[in-house]
Amino acid sequence: MSRLRVDWRSATSLVGSVLKYLAVPLVLPLIVAIGYGEDVLPFVATMVVTVLVGLALERLDDDPDLGAREAFLMVSLTWLSVAVVGTIPYVLAGWGTQSTLVNPVNALFESMSGFTTTGATVMGSIGFDRHSHALLLWRQLTQWLGGMGIVVLAVAILPELSVGGAQLMDAEAPGPGIEKLSPRIAATARALWLAYLGFTVLEFLLLYGLHHAGYAPNMHLYNAVAHPLTTLPTGGFSPEARSIEAFSAAVQWVIIPFMVVAGTNFALFWRAFQRDGPVFSKDGEFRFYAGTMAVLSAVVAGLLFAGLGPGLASIAENVLPIPGNVERAARHATFQVVSIVTTTGYASMDFNTWSQPAQYLLLFAMFVGGSAGSTGGAIKIVRWLVIIKSLKRELFTTVHPEAVSPVRLGGRTLDERAIRGIYGFTLLYLVIFFVSVGLLAINTARVGYSLDVLELMSAIAATLGNVGPGFGAIGPMNSYLDFSPSSKLFMVFLMWIGRLEIFPVLVLLTQAYWRS
Amino acid sequence: MRVVIVGAGEVGSSIAASLAGSHEVVVIDIDRERVESLQYEVDVLAIQGDGASLGTLEDANIRDADMLIASTDDDETNIVTCGTAKTVNADCFTISRVKNTKFLETWRHAEGAFGVDFMVGTNLLTAQTIVSVIGLPAANDVESFAGGRVQMAEFRIEPESHIVGQTVQEADRFDSLTFAGLVRDGDVIIPDGSSRIEADDEVVVIGSRDSVRQFATEVSPDDNNNASNVLIVGGSDIGFHTARLLEARGLKPRMIERDHDHARALAEDLPGTTVMESDATDREFLEREHVDEVDVVVAALDNDEKNLLACLLAKRLGAERAVAIVDAGEYVDLFEAVGIDVAVNPREATAEEITRFTRERQAENVAIIEHDQAEVIEIEVDSASELVGRPIREAITDLPDGVVFGAITRNGDYVVPRGDTVLETDDHVVLFVDAAVVEQAAGMF
Repeated sequence: MSRLRVDWRSATSLVGSVLKYLAVPLVLPLIVAIGYGEDVLPFVATMVVTVLVGLALERLDDDPDLGAREAFLMVSLTWLSVAVVGTIPYVLAGWGTQSTLVNPVNALFESMSGFTTTGATVMGSIGFDRHSHALLLWRQLTQWLGGMGIVVLAVAILPELSVGGAQLMDAEAPGPGIEKLSPRIAATARALWLAYLGFTVLEFLLLYGLHHAGYAPNMHLYNAVAHPLTTLPTGGFSPEARSIEAFSAAVQWVIIPFMVVAGTNFALFWRAFQRDGPVFSKDGEFRFYAGTMAVLSAVVAGLLFAGLGPGLASIAENVLPIPGNVERAARHATFQVVSIVTTTGYASMDFNTWSQPAQYLLLFAMFVGGSAGSTGGAIKIVRWLVIIKSLKRELFTTVHPEAVSPVRLGGRTLDERAIRGIYGFTLLYLVIFFVSVGLLAINTARVGYSLDVLELMSAIAATLGNVGPGFGAIGPMNSYLDFSPSSKLFMVFLMWIGRLEIFPVLVLLTQAYWRS
Repeated sequence: MRVVIVGAGEVGSSIAASLAGSHEVVVIDIDRERVESLQYEVDVLAIQGDGASLGTLEDANIRDADMLIASTDDDETNIVTCGTAKTVNADCFTISRVKNTKFLETWRHAEGAFGVDFMVGTNLLTAQTIVSVIGLPAANDVESFAGGRVQMAEFRIEPESHIVGQTVQEADRFDSLTFAGLVRDGDVIIPDGSSRIEADDEVVVIGSRDSVRQFATEVSPDDNNNASNVLIVGGSDIGFHTARLLEARGLKPRMIERDHDHARALAEDLPGTTVMESDATDREFLEREHVDEVDVVVAALDNDEKNLLACLLAKRLGAERAVAIVDAGEYVDLFEAVGIDVAVNPREATAEEITRFTRERQAENVAIIEHDQAEVIEIEVDSASELVGRPIREAITDLPDGVVFGAITRNGDYVVPRGDTVLETDDHVVLFVDAAVVEQAAGMF
């Protein structure tokens, strides 16, 4: 047996450093709990546990030294341990009540779904009659913390992570490779978080402003805080049982651009802020991102306007009839397409009532994903763009075998290795998707829980891509509660690897990583 | 004017020869034999030594020089020479020849950088020459005057062309076009209306841009009006700049480069060009890429023989025109004799550019015809000139023999020069002048 080549003590020690700081954001639900006169124990207990565990892990190595290998381990473990610690408030708060989150498996599902910004829920019923304001806010907050990245936040704040920071961010940030915006990685991380925070505050101001202007009666202070916390990270949790359907058309229109922002490369905002000039129109990825959403929205809007679909007649009472109404067709189509493409997972209405073609387009949209360097999940639009461009080149070189044609993205040429990496990732993603659909089908059939193929596929696409809701039994107004515990744990795994873009986790499962 | 030339290679000695007639010229070269032979060939003072050293420059009396031309084969030496000269004589106008375009870019970015007052980029200049030749079908040389309103072009008359056998009067059917000169067997002839055009003559025409273009299609009507399908063979620096300039004109040229890594680097830098990794002598490949439909083949390999071979093969497979870069000046005529349509010599182009520039400080713009046997110059008419207020018919009698009025621009408008056209102050006249009387003629305006 050869010696381990990975310094797991360093990696775990750094996980401890990050974990102990998780006590800081827990202060927010604690204050809310005090304000509403609710139980503070779940949050105090979690703070104690996270600090103690964090300090204990930190003692594993006095002077942690981070290499490329340790970065993968550290990032993967951080996300896993944060999700585990995040279950404590759900379990404690639910103790002795009818809450489904008392079950640790359900609590872990909800916590992982939160931190990975998936937005899939196993709550039996969402509402303040069963859950405290503080707990539901904690649920929102987990998504906000996970959105821009826990490790990116740690790099921004913790000086001990500055040396290996670029590798850590690379392992965590969505998309192929990170873009250093400044000479110091910590400054880059801070810039990203600052832009993220800025947009969150802006959305809060707009939503709360609508409430005061009388356009959004139920967008009171609590809701106006809770929703930006899950819009910008492309999360999708809502303290309202019927998601964004519960709000007025004005609120839905305001949320759409913020979902678009959340799915945009945050480095673009940084650059637009630094210097003037057309940053967005010149960026190939952004143009493709905006174009894809515009085309999909237009097609879906057309389908809704025409009134195709048997279910449209039986929609909820507060949703006004859509067929023949331009504003409503455009609003629901755009909202849903943007919500799914950016992997947010909000719903402006129950899209289970939509026609087959419209639902199919949404399933397709689940694989598109946001931009690189955004908070969105799934495959990411930039990978599709590179794949389309390199396939075009393939066709060209079939006719002209001697032609040397590099793939260009935004004026820069892409390294062939990067293209290979993109093909590899996309193929792996699709293979995992199909294998997982099979495994889930077997496991649900085993316990006698029957789902059709579209439902099964949407469940896997929605968890692996961190989208959230699927179709049918797991639609936006339903939950993942009815799956068996083993299926839920499997989906926890999918959310975990999906958020970290598969490789950082999967590499831990190879022998070459640990030895040689 | 006292001129010091550093480097007596092809470029240096060619410049020395064209300046020696009217200026005091001192030539410095490191090679003793070259210095000695130059001393006898041209009327200049030749000094042996390192031009970049202050001592040698002092020997050449740099302190009294009005101009320094650094024209060795080494970019860094040329630049350092200019900088060195500036340390002792800040008023000396320095000209440096460079191959590498990166120095030229720096210099353009901050004029006067390196102590160089004028920089001639050999490779870029050659590429520009090639591109302007490509732009006009059948032309071997093209220059613009009067802010682009007037164009001078030199055409070789192919035996098949239907203006062969016509008189100048018959061939000149364009209102704003002047037949300024004919080059026959290397000699410049000033034509009159009855001169007959023969096959293999080169005609020099001066006129408006449109009329020159119309004449170009007249000379060889089979040519496409616009060469759009260009194939560049060889990704040398000149080839690269040619492709870049063609891209800037909106063309999508193709380029063949043999080296794998170099081809990739070129493809990355040339987004509008299709770079192909292959050998230009691979006949099967050329046929597959439809070389027979190519309008112009540009051979920019690093070797004259290979350029010749690539051009001949492409022409044999049906390419319309072939332009080759020829490094050895003595091959130019030979190349054109065996079927290369235009042979471009980077050194000749450089020497012409530098000579042009030294002249331009008097005239406004100069084009050099047939190894400096004649020149096309642009001059602004001075109010003190005794030619002002007189019609051209009279003015021409005062001017020396061998002067042709090619075009006039007055307040930015094109004026066709006729016998009764009266010259006015501030007119810009474009003249075709025999090299022997350039200084004399220019002095009269």
